[in-house]
Amino acid sequence: MRKGLSWFNVSSIVLGFAFLYIPILLLVIYSFNASRLVTVWAGFSVEWYFKLFQNQQLLDAAWVTLRVAFLSASVATVLGTLAAITLTRYGRFHGRMLFSGMIYAPLVMPEVITGLSLLLLFVAVGFDRGFWTITLAHITFTMCFVSVVVQSRLVTFDRSLEEAALDLGCTPFKTFFVITLPIILPAVISGWMLAFTLSLDDLVIASFTTGPGATTLPMRIYSQVRLGVTPEINAACTILIAIVTVVVIFASIMTKRQEVERERAERLAAAEA
Amino acid sequence: MSTGVTATTQKTVGGIRRKFAPWNDPAAVPLIRYQNVTKRFGDFVAIDNLNLDIYEREFFALLGPSGCGKTTLMRMLAGFEEPTSGQITLAGQDLVGTPPYKRQTNMMFQSYALFPHMSVWDNIAFGLKQDGMSKDAIAARVEEMLKLVKLEKFSKRKPHQMSGGQRQRVALARSLAKRPKVLLLDEPLGALDKKLREETQFELMDIQMELGMTFLIVTHDQEEAMTVADRIAVMNHGKLIQVDQPAVIYEQPNSRYVADFVGDVNIIEARIEATGSGTSTLRAEAAGDMPLTVHQEVASRPGDTVFIAIRPEKVRVDLDPPTEQGANCLPGTVWDIGYLGDLSIYHVELANGSRIKAAKPNLTRMVERPISWDDKVWVSWSADAGVLLTS
Repeated sequence: MRKGLSWFNVSSIVLGFAFLYIPILLLVIYSFNASRLVTVWAGFSVEWYFKLFQNQQLLDAAWVTLRVAFLSASVATVLGTLAAITLTRYGRFHGRMLFSGMIYAPLVMPEVITGLSLLLLFVAVGFDRGFWTITLAHITFTMCFVSVVVQSRLVTFDRSLEEAALDLGCTPFKTFFVITLPIILPAVISGWMLAFTLSLDDLVIASFTTGPGATTLPMRIYSQVRLGVTPEINAACTILIAIVTVVVIFASIMTKRQEVERERAERLAAAEA
Repeated sequence: MSTGVTATTQKTVGGIRRKFAPWNDPAAVPLIRYQNVTKRFGDFVAIDNLNLDIYEREFFALLGPSGCGKTTLMRMLAGFEEPTSGQITLAGQDLVGTPPYKRQTNMMFQSYALFPHMSVWDNIAFGLKQDGMSKDAIAARVEEMLKLVKLEKFSKRKPHQMSGGQRQRVALARSLAKRPKVLLLDEPLGALDKKLREETQFELMDIQMELGMTFLIVTHDQEEAMTVADRIAVMNHGKLIQVDQPAVIYEQPNSRYVADFVGDVNIIEARIEATGSGTSTLRAEAAGDMPLTVHQEVASRPGDTVFIAIRPEKVRVDLDPPTEQGANCLPGTVWDIGYLGDLSIYHVELANGSRIKAAKPNLTRMVERPISWDDKVWVSWSADAGVLLTS
């Protein structure tokens, strides 16, 4: 029996989607605008995309952003995974509540405060601000996200898998690399991707911790917009949206395919039994 | 496997099984010794000053309800838990302080714990690789194990591509591959359905005999323990209540706890009237003014309270008073009937309102049974059928 959608349901859905996607849609459409004026439509053109790839400042900023994101996501993944393991495994040690609370604090801490406190720290220790300070700051604030993702996987991890490896003569250290890590790897990878995206679009913390010569893409876009929105920026954002969309679709297709494959294998096994 | 071969193996196996009783031989040296072992988790005492000897080639079962300490006892042998005090030795070596990866024990886990990212072949080879065996030797051993559990065709499969029964076999092969001194089985058949479980029990016994290994099984299923084990330890609250062969546990339980946990039983509270020269006479409220006799002496004095334990299959139920001499015989009314196909269980209410269970095999193909609800019947059992228990 199919339940008909009431006018209330339909309008909620329409309004919800409109709210989410109309701004993005406008941005995409105007990135193909032939006019230099952002709000006046003057026909289709890909001119701004060519202009974009000649804008050395934007390209440099994109390169810095990618390097920061890659490096900080990788370090944050290692640290976040270790923290997650400690928090799930070593049950009830003294100060566990405090420790886990402190790990999660950056999740809810206003970015302005994180940024400002890091800036104060870098100034206090006399650290030259630039690429490395942004990277350190991004490690700090993305680590807790990795930790949350990996922890949720570890909660359902069957400890007897590790015990079985130990029982069969494998040392605890090796067990982590041949048993635990391969099994939780999907969660670790999603943690890395989350950290990467967070670092990619961070503006506030990067603005606080940056120095001369290290401008990230969000910072560059923001400073250009203050001088007036150009269709070039629209084009840059459209490319970012495209990249994110492709990655998300790719990831969901992979997950779905794995699921289907698994179900098929299980049916096969059940039929043979 | 041809039937001829099976018949001869079975014969020799039977011969060995019949004579196998190292626990009665004072010269026999136990393979595993628990000596004054205590294990506490905080305030909770999981194992309470326990002593136990297990012999080589023995199939030993730890039986008890959940939380009785049986799994802790096994995990201490594997090295996943350390005793709070006491000593555990394996083949004369003190195990306390040795990490699990240096112990010559292997465990088959309740969840099977198969490595999901490895094929069946790699799962079985995992332990052998840790020992640094040569590639050829590993391949030969894995093939042998696959043959033993009849999974030769499945070596390339991943665990999730197999049925529950097949996974169980992979887990068994993996834990046997290193030829451990003791194989530990933690509720190994719990996830299988009844038919498969029964088949696998007999297979486990055959494999244990074939490899001549010592098996220690943890189970809460008393039928499973009775089927596979040479000896059973019935546990409760971290203590061993009775350790003996399955038939002794069933026919001569040492307490109401064991009698009740292993199989079905009627317990009748009674007072001793006289005891001596192999016979006791008792009075019970359930029996009204009829005296009860049990061919057993007890250390208690007349007037003391004891318990008569009688298995339902040893209780007869008839419409007419039985003619047999010396039997204990009581009148009652059929309260309920449980028809199980092979047996019918009659719940008979006695004069004082207490009920007694009697199991009667259904020997004929009658749909209408002669005894029905509310019928006046006689329940009876011989003086050899009951056991007197003081605790």
